[in-house]
Amino acid sequence: MKGEMIAGTVIVVFAALFLFIAATNTGAEWGGADGEAEGVIEELTGGTYEPWFQPLWEPPSGEIESLLFSLQAAIGAIIIGYFFGYYRGKQSNNRPEE
Amino acid sequence: MHIMEGFLPHPWWEVWYALSLPVVVYGMYKMNQLVKERRETLPLLALAGAFIFVLSSLKLPSVTGSSSHPTGTGMGAILFGPAITAVLSLIVLVYQALFLAHGGITTLGANVFSMGIAGPAVAYLVYKGCARSNLNFYVSIFLAASLADWATYLVTSLQLALAFPSATGGVVQSFYAFGTVFAVTQIPLAIVEGVITALIFKYIIQVKGEVMVRLKVIDEKKLGKLKEMISA
Repeated sequence: MKGEMIAGTVIVVFAALFLFIAATNTGAEWGGADGEAEGVIEELTGGTYEPWFQPLWEPPSGEIESLLFSLQAAIGAIIIGYFFGYYRGKQSNNRPEE
Repeated sequence: MHIMEGFLPHPWWEVWYALSLPVVVYGMYKMNQLVKERRETLPLLALAGAFIFVLSSLKLPSVTGSSSHPTGTGMGAILFGPAITAVLSLIVLVYQALFLAHGGITTLGANVFSMGIAGPAVAYLVYKGCARSNLNFYVSIFLAASLADWATYLVTSLQLALAFPSATGGVVQSFYAFGTVFAVTQIPLAIVEGVITALIFKYIIQVKGEVMVRLKVIDEKKLGKLKEMISA
């Protein structure tokens, strides 16, 4: 249980930190760091840099984008859940004979 | 850490492709060999890939008022080494480049290098170093995964700095500018990633510890001790 407690505490602190900053720092936009780097590039080059290649396809809206992100997480989570479920079940099936 | 499509000018995107390609090819070869010779590692391989899928899809808010995401590569690196983890990362990065316009095809080489090679290499070395100095197993995992996450973003900063040196202060000043965006935002996320990875390893030891022995991640004696600790 110790591991779960530590992990739980860290996540709670992390969430609390977010809520605290969200409440105090009104300027925070919570934008992606990847996008912020684009701003830094603009500053460094004086806005002269033009990306020389465009994405082949872009999610047409923020909703579609979050759909695809959730899909990515879901695929991963299914595999993780299956893995642990399968081997835990196998283990507890074997236990009486041990 | 995704450098966006078209944001690495010539010659840098080719440079990072050239550096990443051999590692990915070697990783594919190693992965093939592993799956053929040790079929029992296949579920664990899928798990490591899935872990990267989940963690790299989570954009988390950080103390700096911006958001970024963990990488999830620590687990794969500790279990299978950096080369195989590079292949797993490549899958995720291609998915995000094609379907999410996150990262890109022209910057794929650079992104694979930072997330799939540099980070995992750090995780691997940190874990091996910690294991040799007999540090607590979970602390070793935590350090390896956190530092891998952080290193990934430092490398991204360096990649951008090399491509966009500042007119006044050169690469160093640019590195500082990109580092402020990436590396600082990443510190709390790296800590969370390290803790979650350590916790997952507890469960792996419970259900598949013997495969870890066969992968030479830990030895028999240590596994016995760790299992005892969990059931105690």
